[in-house]
Amino acid sequence: MSDIATEPAATRSKMQVSGETAIQITKMNKWYGAFHVLRDVDLTVFNGERIVICGPSGSGKSTLIRCINALEEHQRGEIVVDGTVLSSDLKNIDKIRSEVGMVFQHFNLFPHLTILENCTLAPIWVRKTPKKEAEETAMHFLEKVKIPEQANKYPGQLSGGQQQRVAIARSLCMKPRIMLFDEPTSALDPEMIKEVLDTMIELAEDGMTMLVVTHEMGFARQVANRVIFMDQGQIVEQNEPEAFFNNPQSDRTKLFLSQILGH
Amino acid sequence: MSDTSFVRQEMLSEQPAPASSVGFLGWIKNNLFSTWFNSILTVIALGFVWYILAGVLPWTFLSVWNAGSLSECREIARQVWGESHGHACWAVINDRWIQLLFGFYPSHLYWRPILAFVLLGFALAPVLFPQSSRKLLILSGLYPFILPWLMWGGSIWSPIMALIGFVMGYLAIKNLSERIGQLGAIFSSIFAAFLWWLLIGPVFVDLLSANIPIALESVASRDFGGFVLALLIGIVAIVCSLPIGIILALGRQSDLIIVKAFSVAFIEFIRGVPLITLLFVASLLLNLFLPPGTEFDIILRVMIMVTLFSSAYMAEVIRGGLAALPKGQYEGADSLGLDYWQAQRLIIMPQALKVSIPGIVSTFIGLFKDTTLVSIIGLMDPLGLSQGIRANAEWNGIYWELFAFIALLFFVVCFSMSRYSMYLERKLQTDHR
Repeated sequence: MSDIATEPAATRSKMQVSGETAIQITKMNKWYGAFHVLRDVDLTVFNGERIVICGPSGSGKSTLIRCINALEEHQRGEIVVDGTVLSSDLKNIDKIRSEVGMVFQHFNLFPHLTILENCTLAPIWVRKTPKKEAEETAMHFLEKVKIPEQANKYPGQLSGGQQQRVAIARSLCMKPRIMLFDEPTSALDPEMIKEVLDTMIELAEDGMTMLVVTHEMGFARQVANRVIFMDQGQIVEQNEPEAFFNNPQSDRTKLFLSQILGH
Repeated sequence: MSDTSFVRQEMLSEQPAPASSVGFLGWIKNNLFSTWFNSILTVIALGFVWYILAGVLPWTFLSVWNAGSLSECREIARQVWGESHGHACWAVINDRWIQLLFGFYPSHLYWRPILAFVLLGFALAPVLFPQSSRKLLILSGLYPFILPWLMWGGSIWSPIMALIGFVMGYLAIKNLSERIGQLGAIFSSIFAAFLWWLLIGPVFVDLLSANIPIALESVASRDFGGFVLALLIGIVAIVCSLPIGIILALGRQSDLIIVKAFSVAFIEFIRGVPLITLLFVASLLLNLFLPPGTEFDIILRVMIMVTLFSSAYMAEVIRGGLAALPKGQYEGADSLGLDYWQAQRLIIMPQALKVSIPGIVSTFIGLFKDTTLVSIIGLMDPLGLSQGIRANAEWNGIYWELFAFIALLFFVVCFSMSRYSMYLERKLQTDHR
């Protein structure tokens, strides 16, 4: 599978893509028991690139990005994240995880800690940042996602959209080089989806390398410089958003697009 | 105008509820006399309550407080109220309450258990109430060494040497984990500690005790008894069983097959055996296995057995709490790069323990009441003492008053634990449901 040389569209002109590789996945295979979830997946992600992964449910798109920070273990093939080969060595895994931020569908905030504590926990314990400095960083990113005034509340007191923005800020506090988004808006009420997407767009404009599993095709059109369509554990089609949406090549892609854009 | 179209012109304001549905009268009407059937039940229940109180209250309060024996009690009751039955003889409590509290502990040393329990209050304060002074944590750390010294007496150097053993282990782990890895450091720290306790420490203890004799009068384990003994066993078992239970619960969920197999086997074996059996093992069988002449204190043996017993239950209670956590919490912790122990300590355990508070405290309460079983292997807990008191000619045949007093002592402690757990649950509630 060839990597597509990207030519940013006019709206994406601010976002720079460098030639350096952030993630390199070669011939990766994964099974759940006897079930073959991911089949010979090849993917190269460059620094600063924003990739949207879509596909029908059960196509393996979440599993793919969960393999990148070793939340799921792959059985065959190689994943290189930021120059480090992903192995089963725990130190290696923890190092990659601290460089790769992840945002989940159900936020996974820690309900027994305040928003501020949620954001400072990992910098303090993993990065050994002094508490004061970690709090300043946390407030900086909470301001960035526009909820600094909620810093001392608990996650249970916030709306879904606010919680998801906290989850993004929590990941950013670790100063990751890559951000993974696993259906970040799927558990949200429609009126809250926009505030989360706006935050993600802003993040993209800052040049963050992002892999986003989502059904928000508007977001894909506006932000992505590559859209990947997966089905039955394989990458079926990938292209620039304009070409992907206006001129899909594979029949599966056409069917999928007609189903999600059809109403 | 069509039926389906409607536009509200002004919003309605809030109005007070009707008088018959709020307030005291409203409550009575709704809860006690809502239907004719409920009214009949209410009347029957009131009659029942009246019947019980009419028996219990005169027995409790029309009672004899000063008498030398049960027969004297009955004589006084007959003189005052005419009828000897139906009046409590609290004189036995008046006569023997000190013994029920302290057992046969030497009376001139009563200040030692009292001081030990007062210090316990200060040592527990920073653990139970986060708003108390952090400096007390030093006392909490030293208390496990102060308690046995105050209770059993002896040279001050023994507890100090025991403490130094832990310091040695800590130093070993701190200095070596960089060089030889975590697992190696843990083993060498255990080795260092035991080397100190078994070989080097005793030499120092003998040397120091001979030259600088600072010691409290020794009290033998057979003199321990009463509520002090129940509290002593209960507190040690409660404090030790929680961490052991946590380790066992984690072990049971571990991917390491040996750790898991050991945890499951331990939990299932201990839970499958009555506590009495374990206590008999502690009092009789253990002597057969130990080399002849080994001094292994009976109270210590009982403490270990009770601790193991309750830690198996604790492990299952905590496993319930772990099961209640969504998988996302583990993934959230993992995705931030926290390692296993950090994730457990900072994310998983605080939540799992919070969920299990009612179960944990129930286990504590059950454990504390189970300490009365030690009377069966001959330790003088309050129940054992009550038998001893009845064996006297003066108090032969007195049951209810002793049991009521012992029940009251246990109730005060257990009820306090229960109230504390409710306070803790309210305080830790952050989900604002």
